[in-house]
Amino acid sequence: MLHQKRPEGDKHSKLFESVTEGIHSFPGGFVVTTAADAFLNWARKSSVWPVTFGLACCAIEMMATFASRFDVERLGMVPWASPRHSDLMIVSGTVTIKMAPMLTRIYDQMPDPKWAVSMGSCANSGGPFRHGYHVVKGVDRVIPVDVYVPGCPPPPESLLNGLLLLQEQIAHFKRTGRRADPNAKVD
Amino acid sequence: MTSDQARTLIGARFSSAQIDGPGGALVVTVPLDQWAAFAQFAKDDLGCRYFSFLTAIDWKELGLEVVVRLDNLDDNMSVTMKTRPGPGVSLCPSLTPLYRGANWMERECYEMFGIQFEGHPDLRRLLLPDDWQGYPLLKSYAVDTPYPPYR
Repeated sequence: MLHQKRPEGDKHSKLFESVTEGIHSFPGGFVVTTAADAFLNWARKSSVWPVTFGLACCAIEMMATFASRFDVERLGMVPWASPRHSDLMIVSGTVTIKMAPMLTRIYDQMPDPKWAVSMGSCANSGGPFRHGYHVVKGVDRVIPVDVYVPGCPPPPESLLNGLLLLQEQIAHFKRTGRRADPNAKVD
Repeated sequence: MTSDQARTLIGARFSSAQIDGPGGALVVTVPLDQWAAFAQFAKDDLGCRYFSFLTAIDWKELGLEVVVRLDNLDDNMSVTMKTRPGPGVSLCPSLTPLYRGANWMERECYEMFGIQFEGHPDLRRLLLPDDWQGYPLLKSYAVDTPYPPYR
């Protein structure tokens, strides 16, 4: 119960799944499905729209990453203020126990398939506030996390590296919704 | 009003108050029953009309200590007043009827230390989640108290 695991398989329509299964089992049909998967994954990874969940000083570095010097928009990432149009949640900052229900609420509003990046020591493990009475000791106790970005705060280059790692993970996103394991966590 | 004048005034009016403090700072420890009376005196006679902050200290078996700092912004003078409710007691008179700035400070102190401020008009929770158990700034509060799934 300590760390949230991603539920096996994301939400799909049953019809879509049965159609793809049918094409896949048809002779020679796997060429179509794998090509379609590759195309879909390319499309997913090339237009990751992060919903920005800036909570603390890490948010400043996140804004710098989105700004013109580092320009994440060239990778197809548009910071978006609505969770309903987003695929990625960047949790940047300390998550307090009072804030955690709101965080899960926003995460639940995002459509599948969705990813989460935990940015900075506080979101990874609680960081310097780990022994406070009010701090969630790692955002992965609340939502499943795909990429951990260490640092206090991580410079824009670090977050950029994390986002590239995430794109690599998305490129291998399986049709069944299975995912790569999150990268090694460094507090 | 300089702090030396304030010191003599306090000594004349409140004989049971202890006045000390490093480097000319005015730190006054008053008994609990003179708490509101001293605040009234500080507001009217010492000119400390600005309520700077209120907090508390947990001295374990000696009980709690409530600390208030009042500022006289005209004369650049400030008074720190302290009181001890005594071991095991967490009752203290409220200063909110006197200073409106004390309202939220006392509410915060109430939820962090469990001090009941008598006479406070609206003693509710201020900062913590609604389902919070315990008083987190007491020394007896274990930081590892389970709070699933967050802690």
